[in-house]
Amino acid sequence: MKSRTRTRTRKTSLKSLTLQFIPYAEISNLDSVNRIKKLLKVILANKIILLQGKLRADEETRLIEDTMALIGSVKGFKGIELAVLSPQISTNFFDNMKRGLAKMLIGDSDSITIIGPASIVREMRRDPNKIQLLLKKK
Amino acid sequence: MVLRIITNFFSRIFVGLFSRRNNLSIGFYGPPNSGKTTLANRICKDFAGKEIGKVSKIPHETRNIQLMEEINFEHKKKKMKFKLVDTPGIATKIDYEDFMKHGLKEKEAKKRAKEATKGVIESIKWLDDVNAVIVVLDALQNPYSQVNITIIGNLVARKLPVLIVANKMDLKKANLKRVEAAFPEYDVVGISAKKGKNMEEFYESLYRLVK
Repeated sequence: MKSRTRTRTRKTSLKSLTLQFIPYAEISNLDSVNRIKKLLKVILANKIILLQGKLRADEETRLIEDTMALIGSVKGFKGIELAVLSPQISTNFFDNMKRGLAKMLIGDSDSITIIGPASIVREMRRDPNKIQLLLKKK
Repeated sequence: MVLRIITNFFSRIFVGLFSRRNNLSIGFYGPPNSGKTTLANRICKDFAGKEIGKVSKIPHETRNIQLMEEINFEHKKKKMKFKLVDTPGIATKIDYEDFMKHGLKEKEAKKRAKEATKGVIESIKWLDDVNAVIVVLDALQNPYSQVNITIIGNLVARKLPVLIVANKMDLKKANLKRVEAAFPEYDVVGISAKKGKNMEEFYESLYRLVK
């Protein structure tokens, strides 16, 4: 029994895991191509990105397209896991107007995006209020 | 509710422009293995007399766009013509080792993975060429997956009318309410494409989507 527990612990242990925080200000002035390039560069370095804000819908699909193109050309790269947490949309007109105005002035920075390489992150379980990161066994 | 009525109203005007030109294309989108081809096959069998593609338990069976150029839809005296576009499942990761777990040999699995990545890119490109979209989700899976949200977010940004199908409702663990809760602003129809369950309601919703 003891030896089985020991084996399991050894199998699930990770040597290190890097989470890289990217503030919204770091990508707000970049165009879509360079935003995605920046994110993929971090992912290819086997780091998990915590991005303040979120990508636009067209940028998200562009990220998926570029990811697919990289799977064939970068050895060991299997794609990404991606999840976005956004605040619940209020039904109050004035709340929405305030949020819309803030979005116009400082950008869409009230969400959090997590992107990780699929070789490290097995699954991201998302529900409206939380994201669970399930890591791959080494 | 009000938002849905307004969205549907504008969707109908938008799609109406295309349907009058008689070149309506309806795309079938969703994650891999949600039953897009199974549903497309059922529609094609019902209105064109033949199937569109092969289905399999192994994900990414559809790796190329499959077209049925002319579907002569007729349901309860409601008629329309459209082109059916069955797309490969959209995913953010593709690992050939996952295919090997389904019994494929390494060489075959690598080939399938390569084709699947191209299929995802092709699916995304085809978003420019469809006028309405059926998003097929597996009612057993968590609907909050980012792929689903990305697909639907993209359709909203393109102002395409959307109908969400919660498929595999014949299975015990299928959860229609969870899908409805995840996308409250859309019409969600629970069906089993494999068993032909609730297709009547689906055809009603399909007609409403584009007319």
